[in-house]
Amino acid sequence: MKFTIALAQTDATLGVVEANLETHLHLIREARQQGADLVVFPELSLTGYIVQDLVPQVALEPHNADPAFTALLEASRSVDVVVGFVEADTRYRFYNSSAYLSQGRVVHIHRKVYLPTYGMFDEGRFFAWGDHVEAFDTRFGRFGMLICEDFWHVSPPYLLWLDGADLLLLPTASPGRGIVPARERLDTARWVENVVQAYAGLFTVFTALVNRVGYEDGIHFWGGSALFGPDGTPLVQAPYHEPALTLHTVDLRALHRARARLPLLRDERTALFQRELARILSRRDLPHAPHL
Amino acid sequence: MPETVDLSINTALVRRILVGFLRREIRRAGFDRAVVGVSGGVDSALACFLAAEALGPENVLAVRMPYRTSSPQSYEHGGLVVAATGVRERTVDITPMVDAYLERYATDASPVRRGNVMARMRMVVLYDHSASFGGLVVGTSNKTEILLGYSTLYGDSAYALNPIGDLYKTQVWQLAEAVGVPEVIVHKPPSADLWAGQTDEGELGFSYRLADQILYHLVDLRYTPDDVVALGYDAALVQRIWERVRRNHYKRLPPPIAKLSHRTVGYDFWYLRDWGT
Repeated sequence: MKFTIALAQTDATLGVVEANLETHLHLIREARQQGADLVVFPELSLTGYIVQDLVPQVALEPHNADPAFTALLEASRSVDVVVGFVEADTRYRFYNSSAYLSQGRVVHIHRKVYLPTYGMFDEGRFFAWGDHVEAFDTRFGRFGMLICEDFWHVSPPYLLWLDGADLLLLPTASPGRGIVPARERLDTARWVENVVQAYAGLFTVFTALVNRVGYEDGIHFWGGSALFGPDGTPLVQAPYHEPALTLHTVDLRALHRARARLPLLRDERTALFQRELARILSRRDLPHAPHL
Repeated sequence: MPETVDLSINTALVRRILVGFLRREIRRAGFDRAVVGVSGGVDSALACFLAAEALGPENVLAVRMPYRTSSPQSYEHGGLVVAATGVRERTVDITPMVDAYLERYATDASPVRRGNVMARMRMVVLYDHSASFGGLVVGTSNKTEILLGYSTLYGDSAYALNPIGDLYKTQVWQLAEAVGVPEVIVHKPPSADLWAGQTDEGELGFSYRLADQILYHLVDLRYTPDDVVALGYDAALVQRIWERVRRNHYKRLPPPIAKLSHRTVGYDFWYLRDWGT
């Protein structure tokens, strides 16, 4: 089976959902005309990244009563869409979420489970923590979604792999930093790309990084969205630093070939993992074991 | 010899980010133009080159603001920057304004006080040109200066946005060379030129190359002062530099507001400048 994915590397107007929605709808039409079956937007693509006290104001409930989602769900009748937004639940907890929309329905929502709250990041101050990491079925196959910091931790992609995901969608808003020592790429670009490529190879899955571009005050987002094949091969990459719509036709039979050669999934010893994890977490006297 | 880190940068990459920063952030604030105080030194030369590239030279105004004791060479070097970038230029001699104040109200002022009055008078001129030219004031302070607090509060530290404030002085030299700042400007000893014969390194008492190494370890790499000394740096110098960073922290922050209400600017009123744009 083949389908065409479009990595929509966008900038954002900070805190103005209507303006960003317009960009989304335009790019969805554009991608459809170019033959895309799925368009993926970056983290918080409908709001901008450093939303801070704007969070309650820009929060959406992802269903047909919301005008932005009405328009996006309508657009999803012809092409699947992954969109990043601030999600309000019915009790007004606000999440950093990405939604997978298809055929006019919300297929899956991932709420970011790791909110970076250190250094330049302050997400834990403004967002509620997501509590689920689940793969989901699409009309192309079983996928998983993780948002930015989620995949700086190794366990979420591992869980999605075990849960059957053959393609990891990774919307991101990665601030560029690290210019010493002089290298071709920023430190953050090098690290994120290495990690996303490594997951593709380690889990024999496709990984699709969709990073945003633009600036928010002095902070710069570097783009470079990229798709890797299930042996870790780079398949396509968007340019750095500028908006782009980058399409690639994914041949899901590559999974067959990769796993015929390298049966990491077949040989994964989940029972051993579970046993050892249970042992480690039960030893509350061990100072090195985290217990969150 | 103490252990050093190679602070050199990918100048093409950094240039791209900084030019994009100026273009995007000036435009989303509602402007197409910039004003830069061009002193003849490398920092303001670099800022002027970046602004010219971001907005087009016709949209950048270089303001040269000599005082009667300023070195004529500084003024000439400012002219080299204007010629090389093709930006617009305005010279405003600040002598009558500065002297009117000093002679009437501050005849006993020390060189530092006099220097501060000059720096703040330049700020007044720059911000007035910001209004008349319709451009944002682009800052010219580098990371070394900002960390050491080697600046005049509300003088050269006053600006709308700063493209070079996360580059150490040694990196400014490298980027300046790469973007085409005339060599005579890149290679001369840095000076605030507030009095005759002043040099930054003479006044600070250490070289920028050494300070940058110590600051990079303390700030970027999060070494403790003791860890830096263990690399072979002079303990008294490390202490002195770190103390300067601490003592001048007030210059890097907006002044504190006494909190009374549930929601106070500076504590729990969190929006970026780019809010809504």
